[in-house]
Amino acid sequence: MFNKDRWKEIVEVMSSNVVRTIATAFGVGWGIFILIILLAAGKGLENGIRQDFNGVATNTIFMWTETTSMAFEGLPEGRNFNFKLEDVELLRQNIPELRILSPRNSIRLEEGDNVVRGTETGRYRVFGDYPEIIEQNPMYVTHGRFFNHNDIKEKRKVVVIGNRIRDELYNDDEEVLGTYLKISGINFMVVGIYKEKTSNGGGENSERQIFMPFTTFSQAFNRADNVGWMAITAKDGSSISNLTEKIVNTVKQSRKIHPKDERAIGYFDLYEQFNRVQSLFGALRFVAYFVGILVLISGIIGVSNIMLIVIKERTKEIGIRRALGEDPWSIRLQVLMESVFLTIMSGMIGIIFGALSIYGINTLLNAVGPVDMFLNPSVSLGVVVSALLILVVSGLLAGFLPANSAIKIRPIEALRNE
Amino acid sequence: MIEIKNLHKSYKMGKNSLHVLKGINFSVEEGELVAIMGSSGSGKSTLLNILGMLDELDEGSYTLDGVPIKNLNETKAAQYRNKFLGFIFQSFNLINYKSALENVALPLYYQKVGRKERQEKALKYLEQVGLKQWATHLPSELSGGQKQRVAIARAMAAEPKVLLADEPTGALDSTTSYEVMDLIQKINDQGNTILVVTHEEDIAHMCKRIVHLKDGVIVEDKKVEQVRASQYV
Repeated sequence: MFNKDRWKEIVEVMSSNVVRTIATAFGVGWGIFILIILLAAGKGLENGIRQDFNGVATNTIFMWTETTSMAFEGLPEGRNFNFKLEDVELLRQNIPELRILSPRNSIRLEEGDNVVRGTETGRYRVFGDYPEIIEQNPMYVTHGRFFNHNDIKEKRKVVVIGNRIRDELYNDDEEVLGTYLKISGINFMVVGIYKEKTSNGGGENSERQIFMPFTTFSQAFNRADNVGWMAITAKDGSSISNLTEKIVNTVKQSRKIHPKDERAIGYFDLYEQFNRVQSLFGALRFVAYFVGILVLISGIIGVSNIMLIVIKERTKEIGIRRALGEDPWSIRLQVLMESVFLTIMSGMIGIIFGALSIYGINTLLNAVGPVDMFLNPSVSLGVVVSALLILVVSGLLAGFLPANSAIKIRPIEALRNE
Repeated sequence: MIEIKNLHKSYKMGKNSLHVLKGINFSVEEGELVAIMGSSGSGKSTLLNILGMLDELDEGSYTLDGVPIKNLNETKAAQYRNKFLGFIFQSFNLINYKSALENVALPLYYQKVGRKERQEKALKYLEQVGLKQWATHLPSELSGGQKQRVAIARAMAAEPKVLLADEPTGALDSTTSYEVMDLIQKINDQGNTILVVTHEEDIAHMCKRIVHLKDGVIVEDKKVEQVRASQYV
């Protein structure tokens, strides 16, 4: 196979008709180029969306209360209820697979501004949370700090505000930390500013929120031991989707909800959502391979066609070589190698152009700044290796017919062809 | 060297079958220079093709250097051709993108002779046909006579038992024809067995034995006084 004479001959044959070789090579190169570009674009989308989940514990559900739809143990249907802090403890004890349990309370937004700072006012959502929420909610603190367990313990009146609120209530050069905001008539000190981690939409409103310690909230707004909302994250080994039923049932029992009441407790399974997105990426990859390979096939048919023509042209030569005693297998191998060589060479050119285009797109993306749901399109080494593998296989396929027709030529007929 | 008994060969042409060779008995000793003559359609080319293992016989037997030639698959036939036979064609049949040297080295390449040895041998045979200084030229840069001499060198390169020449002078003018025949005679003088298919009387008389074919049978098989080609050159 690594025979100098064979390679010499391949090069001689290829270079004997340069235009035709290039035209043939283009088909395969184009196919691989499309494949690479599609895969890279899929990867870019995947990276972009993955970034939205970045730093969020995806193994999480969010759970809240609604109104009951069935009467149970003497309690009527259509009843409003709240989770209690004891439910949180109960869950923690009954389900050891849980990693984070964050109870939350919030103020229902009403008409009119609820936050005042000097002459500026605004209407913002206010949450009472535990510090762990920062692992479940994608945000990072750009100034100051998030509140901590000491704040919880001592019920300090501190808040962390969104970047938008800072823009709306403060001047650009004003120091924010240590200033006070009046929320529903109570003063709180600002200790931090957060930014949304995700780059997708909704950023505007999600940076218009105020977080304060759960205990502070409960006391300030008279929530007693009520809990409005919970973010629950399972440990890495276990799936929250499998635990959801157990969690809901535990809470139903302690809140005296009919076990069959499906409406009383609402929840959102982030993990399921994440999985759905994951399978979307799988589908995207499949489409990329499917389309890429289809385009590649047309290129391969081109190679096969040209090889058949080349064999036809070389009928006499092959006849002479057979008469001189060349093994038919050697001729078959020669044709297959020519085909594989041509396919791989053109495929490589396709890969190189694909890589250059990806590089160009990345440079462009860097220049214009982040784009929603698209980040760093790229192909891995694995993709390149599998592309090469596809090329070798397709080269063999392309050469198969011509090689067979080459050895079918009987020397006597080839020599008669004058 | 060659032993043929009761050889029959027919070709199917649609519904009709064309009986080309009708019972040929024929043998050639080592070192002979035999001319096979006959008008077109007499079956001489078919006979040569069968002798050259390019075609299969229908009936009868063919033994070459003690080896029975029958039921060969293509791989085996290729091996035998390479080992036993050297071909010289009317239209030279050189491979036109390979140099004279590479053309001569081709049979050796199929014998899997190493590159260096191959080139040395090929050069030796080119020198024998007087074309050493043309080694790197492509066939298109050579005259007809030179091409045929390269083809002869190529046929010799594998050191075959028998050289088969199919109208070796058919495409050449008479002076060049005699040069080529001179070369063939010299090779025969070294003890090589050669069969020449021709329809030219003067070429046939430069061989040592003439076999006449007519309508698929041998009508005459005689030894002749060899005319040396060198006297015309």
